[in-house]
Amino acid sequence: MLASFDSAPASQAPVTHFSPEHCALSIDRFNLAYAGKPALRELTLSVPRHRVTAFIGPSGCGKSTLLRAINRLHDLNESVKHSGHIELEGQDIYAPQTNVTELRRRVGMVFQTPNPFPMSIYENVAFGLRLQQRLPKRQRDDIIEWALTSAALWDEVKDRLHRSAWQLSGGQQQRLVIARTLAVQPDVLLLDEPASALDPISTLKIEELIRNLKSQLTLVLVTHNMQQAARVSDYTAFLQDGELVEYGPTDQVFTNPHLQRTENYITGRMT
Amino acid sequence: MSRFITVAHRRLLDRLWPWLCAASVALSLLMLTALLTLLLVRGLGHFWPASLEEITLRSGDVVAGQAIRETPLPQKIGNERLYFTGNRDIDGASWRWVDVDNIIARTTPADLIRLERAPWGDFIGRLESLEADGQRMMGQAAWDYLAAALALPADQRPTGQLLLTTADGQALSQPLSTTSRALAPNAMSWGQKTRLWGSSVWQFLSEGPRAANTSGGVWPAIFGTVLMVILMSVIVTPFGVLAAIYLNEIAHQNRLTRLVRIGVRNLAGVPSIVYGVFGLGVFVYGIGGTLDTWFFSATLPSPTFGTGGLLWASLTLALLTLPVVIVATEEGLARIPDAQREGAMALGATRLEMLTRVVLPMTVPAMLTGVILAVARAAGEVAPLMLVGVAKLAPQMPVDGEFPYLHLERKFMHLGYHLFDTAFHGEDVQAAMPLVYATALLLVLIVLVLNLTAIFLRHYFRRQRGNEC
Repeated sequence: MLASFDSAPASQAPVTHFSPEHCALSIDRFNLAYAGKPALRELTLSVPRHRVTAFIGPSGCGKSTLLRAINRLHDLNESVKHSGHIELEGQDIYAPQTNVTELRRRVGMVFQTPNPFPMSIYENVAFGLRLQQRLPKRQRDDIIEWALTSAALWDEVKDRLHRSAWQLSGGQQQRLVIARTLAVQPDVLLLDEPASALDPISTLKIEELIRNLKSQLTLVLVTHNMQQAARVSDYTAFLQDGELVEYGPTDQVFTNPHLQRTENYITGRMT
Repeated sequence: MSRFITVAHRRLLDRLWPWLCAASVALSLLMLTALLTLLLVRGLGHFWPASLEEITLRSGDVVAGQAIRETPLPQKIGNERLYFTGNRDIDGASWRWVDVDNIIARTTPADLIRLERAPWGDFIGRLESLEADGQRMMGQAAWDYLAAALALPADQRPTGQLLLTTADGQALSQPLSTTSRALAPNAMSWGQKTRLWGSSVWQFLSEGPRAANTSGGVWPAIFGTVLMVILMSVIVTPFGVLAAIYLNEIAHQNRLTRLVRIGVRNLAGVPSIVYGVFGLGVFVYGIGGTLDTWFFSATLPSPTFGTGGLLWASLTLALLTLPVVIVATEEGLARIPDAQREGAMALGATRLEMLTRVVLPMTVPAMLTGVILAVARAAGEVAPLMLVGVAKLAPQMPVDGEFPYLHLERKFMHLGYHLFDTAFHGEDVQAAMPLVYATALLLVLIVLVLNLTAIFLRHYFRRQRGNEC
């Protein structure tokens, strides 16, 4: 799967590329600015299919901004300008003919704080489904059971599907949000620090879930937690000041980074 | 040394300030309690069938009436007592101040009665006999016949003639048809009085006014107030909610939006009579006049919509309360975390779906808060209504069995205005005063009930969203 490795001068990390058939997302010289202030600069990166790719970097480095750009959530903010391309399975998501709601169905997103809707557990998972199509109840029930099972939540909530989602614990809420996203069968799941608001045990459950889900879809994880990135991801991209510093297989980025900057960040010598 | 004093001083202040705060709360509570007690006692006390006294004065005069209150005479030479004596047709006045020292005998004879009559107001005296159905009844038989006749609906009562005497012996002949109620309070037991009090309160609530609003009930005014407030809510809620959604969710947050927001907030402070003037000029004369020339030209020059009416009053009050609803809804929308909006959008919801399925259901309690405040303000507002459609006495109810059932162009009665009218424009203000208290109490109660309903609804929705689904 890993296609090419260049041995490069020390100021530049080797570029990791994936051949188009293995590539779910490809980002090509993408720039983005908030009200004239650049947040992402000339970002070029491709995300492999059915793998977990982690974006790491200091606060404000643009990793969450990049994640939101893949879901086009910046559309709501008028002051955001962008250039360059992001392609999902070969299609430019910023092309004028792109159906944004369909894109967002294909690219699910889970946020830092769990955000279940103020309705029952069942209705939360059914929310995305109801937007897409009218299904017979039996079929919808099956999808909901499947989504909750995939999110490792079914056994905990099967007896109280019609209770409010807000009564669940934080970790359960986050898994419910993942189930809600899975129910519409996305190709890519974006996770924006999904465990940062959770206790250690819930965090472990989410991490295990992320590892299990890669057989179904492509995952992109933004995290502040280096150990988490090392534990769950296959590839790691290190971003700093809106630029991609280093991108490669996680083992290599964490054990033998090409650049001093990466090593400093990973070992905590960041100033 | 000086430092020590400072510390003691600071400690003292620290002990005192909670008491200052508590005193403010206590004062507010005290005023509220005093207000409600006054309204309750004076308002509900009016319906209690008080005993009638027969007093003999030193001058030999005999007076019958209900003792109202006592005040000291100037130079402290004794007390003076006010009696309600009725019989305005005979005595020329229904009130009499009596020097307490001049009273030589004070009794409560069981045969004293009080009649409610259509002209001239109450009669207090004795029933001598009753002529009806070609026979003449005396004493208890006459009283029983009268009670039975008055228990019938007004259009089925027999015709007859009551022969009455006042306490000082003057005779009076009173047709049965002009009598609406007869009481002998001195002969009644506590149970009977309580029952009568209940039925009097009920009559007050369920009947129309009599004698130029100075007696009778307030049902048309209750109905008009509630109907107007409901219509107002129906108009103001969608407008206010849509405006708040635009300001908070759609408009770009720039200087113009802020300016609009400040403008909306300031509209809430415009004196209500100004809205009345606006309603008169724009709704009544402008829109109403135009509607008349287009659709009701047959009845011109007598106006249909070109004069004050229920619709224009509701619209004017809707305008008055619009800022309240906008501000409350906007605050509710602002409280909803963006994570909820993004969560819905990230699942592929359009902006409309995000709003209608996630954001607005969560805003319902805030909207209801806005409507509660709007209702509370609208129900008590009188000044603008005088310009746009309230009437001293509306000949027809705004809702009846005649198509189209709801008559938006009709004038209506309103408790606030009724109160004002009873207190200042009656022919016997003294007699109407208890009714003023009762009407005020009712107005407070209606606002309270409307508020409690909305508060209950708000809690219901909050609970439904938060816990149970």
